[in-house]
Amino acid sequence: MYRKHSPVGAFGRHILIWTVIGFAMFPVIWIFSASINPANTLLGQSLIPKNYTWNHYVEFFTNKQHPFGLWILNSVKVSGVTALFTVILAALGAYAFSRFRFKGRRTGLLSLLLVQMFPQMLAMVAIYLLLLNIGKYISWLGLNQHISLIMVYLGGAMGFNMWLMKGYFDTISYSLEESAMIDGATHFQSFIRIILPLARPILAVIFILQFIGTYSDFILASILLSSKENYTLAVGLRLFITGQYSTRWGAFAAASIIGAFPIMMIFLLLQNQLVSGLTRGGVKE
Amino acid sequence: MEKPLFSISLKIIFLGILDALAIWSIITIIFDGYYWVGGILSLGVIIINYIFLSERAYPFRYMVPGLIFLVIMVIYPIFYTIYVSFTNYGTGHILNKEQAIEQFENQVYFPKDSVSYTFQAFKNDSGEIKIILFSPEEEAYLCENKKIIVKVDLSDPRFIDQDKDGIIDQFDNYKKLDKIQIIQSLNELQNLRFKKDEYIIKLANLTEFIVCNKKYQFDPSLDRLLDLENGKIYHDIEGYFISEDGERLTPGFRVKIGFKNFTKLIRSPQISGPFLRVFGWTFLWAFLSVITTFALGLTLAIILNDPYMKLRKIYRTLLIIPYSIPGFISCLIWCGLFNTEVGIINRILNNLFQVIIPWLQHPIWAKVAVVVVNLWLGFPYMMIITLGALQSIPFELGEAAAIDGASRWQQFKSITFPLLLVSLAPLLIGSFAFNFNNFNVIYLVTQGRPAIPGAGTPAGATDILISYTYRLAFEGARGNQWGLASAVSLIIFIIIAVISAIGFHYTRALEEVSKNV
Repeated sequence: MYRKHSPVGAFGRHILIWTVIGFAMFPVIWIFSASINPANTLLGQSLIPKNYTWNHYVEFFTNKQHPFGLWILNSVKVSGVTALFTVILAALGAYAFSRFRFKGRRTGLLSLLLVQMFPQMLAMVAIYLLLLNIGKYISWLGLNQHISLIMVYLGGAMGFNMWLMKGYFDTISYSLEESAMIDGATHFQSFIRIILPLARPILAVIFILQFIGTYSDFILASILLSSKENYTLAVGLRLFITGQYSTRWGAFAAASIIGAFPIMMIFLLLQNQLVSGLTRGGVKE
Repeated sequence: MEKPLFSISLKIIFLGILDALAIWSIITIIFDGYYWVGGILSLGVIIINYIFLSERAYPFRYMVPGLIFLVIMVIYPIFYTIYVSFTNYGTGHILNKEQAIEQFENQVYFPKDSVSYTFQAFKNDSGEIKIILFSPEEEAYLCENKKIIVKVDLSDPRFIDQDKDGIIDQFDNYKKLDKIQIIQSLNELQNLRFKKDEYIIKLANLTEFIVCNKKYQFDPSLDRLLDLENGKIYHDIEGYFISEDGERLTPGFRVKIGFKNFTKLIRSPQISGPFLRVFGWTFLWAFLSVITTFALGLTLAIILNDPYMKLRKIYRTLLIIPYSIPGFISCLIWCGLFNTEVGIINRILNNLFQVIIPWLQHPIWAKVAVVVVNLWLGFPYMMIITLGALQSIPFELGEAAAIDGASRWQQFKSITFPLLLVSLAPLLIGSFAFNFNNFNVIYLVTQGRPAIPGAGTPAGATDILISYTYRLAFEGARGNQWGLASAVSLIIFIIIAVISAIGFHYTRALEEVSKNV
């Protein structure tokens, strides 16, 4: 359906694309300019600052009242542990669904499919009350604890990822495992030694997507975490900036860039692999 | 056979620790009266033990670790949400009925002719406090513990009056407290409630205890609370004790109230008006989100799919950037850019056209703002999936149409677009469902504001159902309305289930399941 365009048509297309790129880059450019502008205020900002400073970036690590560094570490810790255990637990479950034939398998798969449609945040009240009550008995599993937040995320991640991974395992031929088992390997050994190495691409994709998804979550973290030293970046950054746009813009800009840049780089470098994982039925969280 | 021995011992250690923990917590929970929870927990532990000990349940061993989290953090909360939506759980109704009654029965009143006792307080080395009370008739009473007092004879040699001023200085190993020490232990003294006959004696001021009466008495057989002071009767009505003349005692307690939360959303004038507006906007919002992002994403994809287009790769990467930034950061940035007084967008508009737009204050402009932000966040995804779908449309179809003389627009309209829709329909429906609950964009950009005037619940012009739920549950001026919030959650859940059912209609996911079994 494509034919070579007239020069005018081609030019028009490039203009259109550049307009959209301008729209896409608009906040990015402004936030970068704000982060190196000595003025901390929104009002004092111009697109090209007259002089520049790295002070806002320094403040990121030194602000005692708003420990951004700690918040990022919390985010990385929570997201990393969640992503790691999501991969391990989902792989185990997916292996059973893919390789064993047992009573209840069909029901199990169907329920998994149904459960993963349910957005976990709809149950936010129940999750909050559940952790509130658990906390009365076991304080380290209650509210305001990273470990309970991780457990909440793990629960939410299981359905979709187990389903996705099961689909991938189904495409791995059974013959390798068969020959391994003839040689005396157990199911568990063939899972560890054969399936996992062959499934490395999907494991990596799920790890990264889960990491990014957890890192970007605001709602559950904001409900469950209540003390400043436990905040993730999403909760902390919002607390820092709400109602203070006119006075904290520069520091906020620097924090945003430090918080977003690593994720952005990972995503852009691995876009081809990640996109295939995303479009298998998921929508970005 | 070294391996089995190792794995068996590992299994036994694991199950041992699990069972020990489980038994301990189940006993605690059952002692606290939560038989249901205890029962379900026991069942869960028995199932886990069975799975790891029986060879027949072998496949489940792989699934259990992941499914435990799924059950506790997704499935249980779903059912608990349904339960809470039929209760009045929330601020003012936190306690259960037994706890509320206990609070009422601890309350007292002072009768008119109430008798006061002077007292002396004593403390031993380990910090325990004892009291000697003196009645107006000069009788002395010593407290046995925190609830009971007994009459004592102060001439007993165990009571020592060292300086012979008629005041006991010490008994057993308890030493008398002076004024300052009494003030320091005031908290403890205030909690003392002694029973004498049918009266209660409690601290009135720094020098006196006073005889007072129990204020309320619960009658379990008639399920009512009796005010012993004035004889008023309070009945249990929907989580409050309410008297005939309509007086309501606080705190209330938590009870099942049937469909009240749902009828409130539809009928109560203060709640239903704003709720229906939020409801309608949620659909419009999801629809606008899908349409705007898809329109822009589709346009870009068609242009970028053109093999004659130069710089395609670079353009694609630049256009994906909004998608690669964590959403919450983008939303917070946009909120700043849209700021009415100092935001950059208004400054640019002001410089170019001399207009100031009240982005976050005016209902319509606030809606425009969130749609624009969501367009920015969402078009790259639409572009990516459309590019993917375009790859799968056979090239020959377009060629054949071109030979038959179809124009480019005709080819697009009658071939490309219908074929695209077929393969993208499930993803578009998924995107609708996602945006239906797109909490971050709404909450982080506008917080649902501007507020709807006269709303009895926290509801704003840009609030969608999920942000409305959040604000009801955790931000309301009237405290946490968990029951009502859960009812809204349940409504969202039903809508999402319907949308997903429509989505399933288009996917082969279900057939895939049947094929595989």
